[in-house]
Amino acid sequence: MKPRSLNRLGGPRALLLCVALMLPLAAAAIDALPFKDRAEEQRFQNLTRQLRCLVCQNESLADSSADLAKDLREEVFEQMRQGKSDDEIKHYLTARYSDFVLYNPPLRGGTFLLWFGPLLVLLIGSMVVARIVRRRGATKSSAPPASTTEEDW
Amino acid sequence: MNARLIPLLGFALVAALLGFGIHYMRNNSLNEVPSPLIGKPAPVFDLPVLGNDEKRISNADLRGQPYLLNVFASWCFACRDEHPILMAEGKSLGIPIIGFNYKDDPADATRWLAQFGDPYSVVIADREGRVAIDFGVYGAPESFLVDGDGIIRYKRIGAITPEIVAFELKPRLKAMQGAGK
Repeated sequence: MKPRSLNRLGGPRALLLCVALMLPLAAAAIDALPFKDRAEEQRFQNLTRQLRCLVCQNESLADSSADLAKDLREEVFEQMRQGKSDDEIKHYLTARYSDFVLYNPPLRGGTFLLWFGPLLVLLIGSMVVARIVRRRGATKSSAPPASTTEEDW
Repeated sequence: MNARLIPLLGFALVAALLGFGIHYMRNNSLNEVPSPLIGKPAPVFDLPVLGNDEKRISNADLRGQPYLLNVFASWCFACRDEHPILMAEGKSLGIPIIGFNYKDDPADATRWLAQFGDPYSVVIADREGRVAIDFGVYGAPESFLVDGDGIIRYKRIGAITPEIVAFELKPRLKAMQGAGK
């Protein structure tokens, strides 16, 4: 009888309980800001995910547990409450920490290569490939292989 | 042109790019966040003096002569390395060094200064780090050279070294004196 009563807490039910118990922990892992509704929280998360933490530069402001990141999250939250737009908040941060804080840097003279560099490389690459293909085609037509059976692989 | 040289040329181009990258990273730290505040007025602040909350210091109080604003904290290890340099060479700059105590417990900061010495003309305390955000501070130590008009002329991220004093701070101060600021 005994093992049976123990069994009632085993398996999927126990797992579910564990997960349920851990949920508030996951939510409070960073810090608890008093969001008034889900939309506000989503806007905050969306915004802070686009911003880089200055201390741990591979982390977003949303993920970082650095002290400064916490302060900046609070600042972002307060400015949201003051009715500032996302752009205004981003401007507030770039005025202090430069474009570095944005994961999505603005398009301007200095960032032209950053935005269009890959496209440029792709263009050059396809030009090279096109040239090679065209040349191969040209050599084939001008001098057809003498034998098609021997080394045709 | 010999078509067989094209792959070699391509390789040389990539190698040159790599070489430039290595050279660039040796001379420029990619982790340093460039300050957009250089050449702009120092952010407006009004902060209490460390250990004396009644007394406050603002930008206006510091106008008229250049100063070095040095961000430090008792919890900051690199500040401990920097401190002897400020003690030894601070006076030779000939300008006030303003201590900016960043997110620190005033008691800890006071003890820290008593233990290691106080190179500052005055120490202001930013306990919440709000003014530090306005200055674009993201760690300690950091230092700002501000001219007599209240314009930030130079920012050092990390510890001040004798090289920084000799090759970055002093030439700039000299230029400022030349310009009568």
